[in-house]
Amino acid sequence: MATLQVELVAVERKIWSGEAERVIARTTEGELGVLPGHAPLLGQLADGGVVTIRVAGGEDVVVAAHGGFLSVSDKGVSILAETAEISTEIDVERAREALRRAESEGDDPESIAAARRAQSRLQAAGASATA
Amino acid sequence: MAASLRALRRRIRSTQSTKKIFSAQELIAGARIVRAQARVEASKPYAREITRVLSALASSASLDHPLLTERQNPKRAAVLVITSDRGFAGSYNVNVLRRTEELLSLLRQEGKEPVLYVVGRKGETYYSFRDREMAQTFTGFSEQPRYEDAQAVGSALIDVFTAGIDDEDGGAGADGVLGVDELHIVFTEFRSLLSQVPVAKRMAPLEVEEVEEFDYEREDREHGVTTGDSGVPTSYEFEPSAEGLLDALLPKYVTTRIYAAMLEAAASESASRRRAMKSASDNAEELAKNLSRQANQARQAEITQEISEIVGGADALVSSNAGD
Repeated sequence: MATLQVELVAVERKIWSGEAERVIARTTEGELGVLPGHAPLLGQLADGGVVTIRVAGGEDVVVAAHGGFLSVSDKGVSILAETAEISTEIDVERAREALRRAESEGDDPESIAAARRAQSRLQAAGASATA
Repeated sequence: MAASLRALRRRIRSTQSTKKIFSAQELIAGARIVRAQARVEASKPYAREITRVLSALASSASLDHPLLTERQNPKRAAVLVITSDRGFAGSYNVNVLRRTEELLSLLRQEGKEPVLYVVGRKGETYYSFRDREMAQTFTGFSEQPRYEDAQAVGSALIDVFTAGIDDEDGGAGADGVLGVDELHIVFTEFRSLLSQVPVAKRMAPLEVEEVEEFDYEREDREHGVTTGDSGVPTSYEFEPSAEGLLDALLPKYVTTRIYAAMLEAAASESASRRRAMKSASDNAEELAKNLSRQANQARQAEITQEISEIVGGADALVSSNAGD
């Protein structure tokens, strides 16, 4: 069966790479699923989005990605993000804490962005905002 | 004589304790180079991908983005200088600042007014001591820059660059903010452990630069990827539009390049510091050796003198007894 060669890179390091059956992401235009043989595509990921990579074998790698882009070419899929975290590495308690802090800080653009990041981390980890 | 011996011993002691400081600094810097190099390596995949995406985009979209178009009659140019926060790094800062001065005078010759943006406390002190105006300074992260630091610098620069779009004849345009028409960066490139070279580059209006083309191809070969079909440009679909993507990508690309420059500068800083500290501790050792030679000589001279005094005294006693 055909697979996708997926690369997930954040600015400071490469987060994940490998073979996958499918990639699901949300761009600014809407939810998007990429299967092998997808037409070449460049997309901007929605802020505070979650990217799901279905690894060959049925397992899911869920990633919280911020400020990212998705590029699909004939060679595979690459996801570029300013920061990205795999769900298993996310510290749920810290994300909750960050969310609370960001929400109490008011509504300047920076704390809104921080709140969004925290939310997407929680979403990727499959946890709710309150303990 | 006795006083000079004491003074020599004191100097030996102080030289030895400064030598300890130097060699500790040397070890710390040595460890930091390794870490800094690892971070440079770790940041490369992203830089490579974003360049690949951007060149794909560039081949499909019309490139009339303000960050890409050359301005007519540029009047002001922002210069970002990356220096270190701490000294003890040999000629590292001097070299960067000298390269900056060259760039500044070149810009002035071209009739552009340079605007300084400084990273690092050493650069800040250099210019404030000379009463030179700086638009903005960023300090506290020169040895271990994080991406957020690069973002702060990048957004400040992009803001002032976009503010410069409508400037006319050296005056602020419609938005009332005096911006700049060009962005330059001066940093120290890390070529190897022995050679770090200060370089000046133009960031905007920018040309999309291939990131280490050579490594790129080698990597493809290593992964067994044939690049035979790369001659045909793939036509991409865009979400949102190509222009929208370009708007979002270009500032990130600029920030990535600033980040890469900061990482290289950090590696260079540690490398020059290690070298400087190595020669300082070598010198301290040499000095301590010479000083202890002098101290030994002084000690021997003292003993000789004491002996000759005793002998002289005894002789005097003998001759005075004999005279009786």
